[in-house]
Amino acid sequence: MELQQFYYDNKIVKKFIIATMFWGLIGMSIGLLLALMFLFPNITDGIPWLSFGRLRPLHTNAVIFAFVGNAIFAGVYYSSQRLLKARMWSDALSNFNFWGWQAIIIAAAITLPMGFTSSKEYAELEWPIDIAITLVWVAFGANLIGTMIIRRQRHLYVAIWFYLATFVTVAVLHIINNIEIPVSAFKSYSVYSGVQDALVQWWYGHNAVAFFLTTPFLGLMYYFVPKAANRPVYSYRLSIVHFWSLIFIYIWAGPHHLLYTTLPDWAQNLGVAFSIMLLFPSWGGMINGLLTLRGAWDKVRVDPVLKFMVVAITGYGMATFEGPMLSLKNVNAIAHFSDWIIAHVHVGALAWNGFLTFGMLYWMVPKLFKTQLWSVKLANVHFWIGTLGIIMYALPMYVAGFVQASMWKQFNPDGTLTYGNFLETVTEIMPMYWMRAVGGSLYIVGAIVMLYNIVQTARQGSAVEDELAEAAALTRVTNKRTKGEAYHSWLERRPVKLTIFATIAILIGGACQIIPSLLVDDYVPIISSVKPYTPLELEGRDIYIREGCVGCHSQMIRPFRSEVERYGEYSKAGEYRYDFPFLWGSKRTGPDLHRIGQKYSDNWHLNHMYDPQSTSAGSIMPSYQWIIKDKLDKSDTETKMRAMQTLGVPYSDEEVASADKWMLAQGTKIEENLYADPDFASTYEADKKYASENNLEFTEMRNREIVALIAYLQRLGTDIQAKDLEEVYTN
Amino acid sequence: MFKFVKGHLESIDGVGIYPLISLLIFFIFFVALFWWVITAKKEYIKNVSNIPLDKEDALDNVEPHQNH
Repeated sequence: MELQQFYYDNKIVKKFIIATMFWGLIGMSIGLLLALMFLFPNITDGIPWLSFGRLRPLHTNAVIFAFVGNAIFAGVYYSSQRLLKARMWSDALSNFNFWGWQAIIIAAAITLPMGFTSSKEYAELEWPIDIAITLVWVAFGANLIGTMIIRRQRHLYVAIWFYLATFVTVAVLHIINNIEIPVSAFKSYSVYSGVQDALVQWWYGHNAVAFFLTTPFLGLMYYFVPKAANRPVYSYRLSIVHFWSLIFIYIWAGPHHLLYTTLPDWAQNLGVAFSIMLLFPSWGGMINGLLTLRGAWDKVRVDPVLKFMVVAITGYGMATFEGPMLSLKNVNAIAHFSDWIIAHVHVGALAWNGFLTFGMLYWMVPKLFKTQLWSVKLANVHFWIGTLGIIMYALPMYVAGFVQASMWKQFNPDGTLTYGNFLETVTEIMPMYWMRAVGGSLYIVGAIVMLYNIVQTARQGSAVEDELAEAAALTRVTNKRTKGEAYHSWLERRPVKLTIFATIAILIGGACQIIPSLLVDDYVPIISSVKPYTPLELEGRDIYIREGCVGCHSQMIRPFRSEVERYGEYSKAGEYRYDFPFLWGSKRTGPDLHRIGQKYSDNWHLNHMYDPQSTSAGSIMPSYQWIIKDKLDKSDTETKMRAMQTLGVPYSDEEVASADKWMLAQGTKIEENLYADPDFASTYEADKKYASENNLEFTEMRNREIVALIAYLQRLGTDIQAKDLEEVYTN
Repeated sequence: MFKFVKGHLESIDGVGIYPLISLLIFFIFFVALFWWVITAKKEYIKNVSNIPLDKEDALDNVEPHQNH
């Protein structure tokens, strides 16, 4: 048969590799900065865009979408061309994919520190960037499918299926979770509220882990591990079972992020059941990856590439064993909201994603530059520093999680909480935060060593940007199954059909969970005393969102004796009816805030925001002095209320029209309350006098951001009182 | 208090069919999956699992290993 000559596009792979290393180091360094903020909460004092709440989403997004994202593209572009025996379908799309993705990352790196966020975890970016992500993602998918159509290899290897499922599912998740009503260029509201928003968000959030951090990496594992070990995958049959059962089951597991919340029990239990089942395909895949090294374990001793891969797959195995365990309600009751979860995700990110990426880079770069790795010794150094870093990171966080959760739940014999002050449970685990910072630093040092080694490797080699390859063109075969052809092998040469089937497999689970929540009328029992936020509270809520308060404070009191004792009546689904988006949070570095309303005076809140350590000695909350000084921007309030009206919040037109008056009245009331503190009165009057004497512009307290924030915080959880609960339910 | 979180689906007409449909979807899905896998031909499996190691792709195999 006549051989055709063509060229693999190595240049695009090289670009993605550079981006992977660059953003990887940035993302990890922001993580280290955040870790240091637990120890020195005031290191970025007074710089809003370097405050913890705004940087946390930048860290998660940088690591997930910039570091891992670029690694996925590098690996997919390298392996797909070789598995399909074709150059990528369109160089223009490849480059659009690359530059578009980098532009999105830069947009994220600018907007997140500025406080433009939708607050939904791993989907924080605002709507214009969401649209850009959709476009770039579709370009990636089109390029991938286009390459399949022009392929010279009849059958689609299992790695390709994983890439396809990644493309399809991430597209579905991203679009459904980011349906928002824009109110300005960088502000929007989720169209879902409260319980529904939480369900959609964690269906997305969990599957972002599943289909962004897992399936593409499993595809990469199925390509690069056999390559590095120079032997085929342990069991191709197992990989078929692995693929279909994994994508079919994974999509259902999202509600395990919402155990003991106000999500209906049936949805919680469904999430638990599927999470347990998920153990089997996950471990099937892990075993398949590890056993690929059968008879080649001696190579693992000498080859750093294999070392990284073995630890990566082991990390995958640990994280996917832990996941189902964490989804058991009794385990989740301890782990949720604690540092245990931080340990869990970092085993996944540092070991599975990080180490597989490093292994892949150490293998790919010498190939791309037609040379040997510059220093195997340095790669080994990286391996050991990195492994030690992972251990030093994860172990202290497990201990911290256990210790803190146990302290939260500890009672005295007389029925009072042993550690009634939340801060006691924070100061207790400070040594763990120190060790975590050391572990993270080690990991970064390792990554820098790799950067040096890779750069030296590239310098000693010569890049082959278009690599010549030969393969026979595919002869046309009937679309139908040939005689004796098994069903799946027929399916593997029908890429479009394979894509459709994979889409159906992932849509079943999504539909079963999401559709009832949107259609069943009494999904969330209505509480008649729960009223919409006043305009000032709504603005305060937006400040709460902007500052990323949700990164450290939950608004979800679970129905446990220890939580009811500490925070107050447990949370009810109906209370979140007007919460667009929901702000339940996923981590309690500080206490829950759902019943914070009316617990402290307005002055307490002002002082606390000005200097948290003055009201709560030993607090690791940073100060938010700019909120106290800055003028509240009221220009969008009416637009915001109109958007809320569209979403079904019962504001009357008169209320919207009189928003300004309403805000001023509520703000003035809070300003009056603040005068109760003589210290405040004297300082504030002095400031005012100084400004008028020097002809400086002076913003009255009633028009400042802090007043809106206080209004919101004082409202939280006050719509229902435990004693009259039975009466306020209307159904 | 549990009445507020339990039994919402009972209001759906004919909700009893749901578990049956679920069972069928799962049963058929996994039976079909294992059917494909078990009936796949050995030679085909061997071919496909060797796709990444294709020897024509010379640059990717600079260091051939022999383990037997």
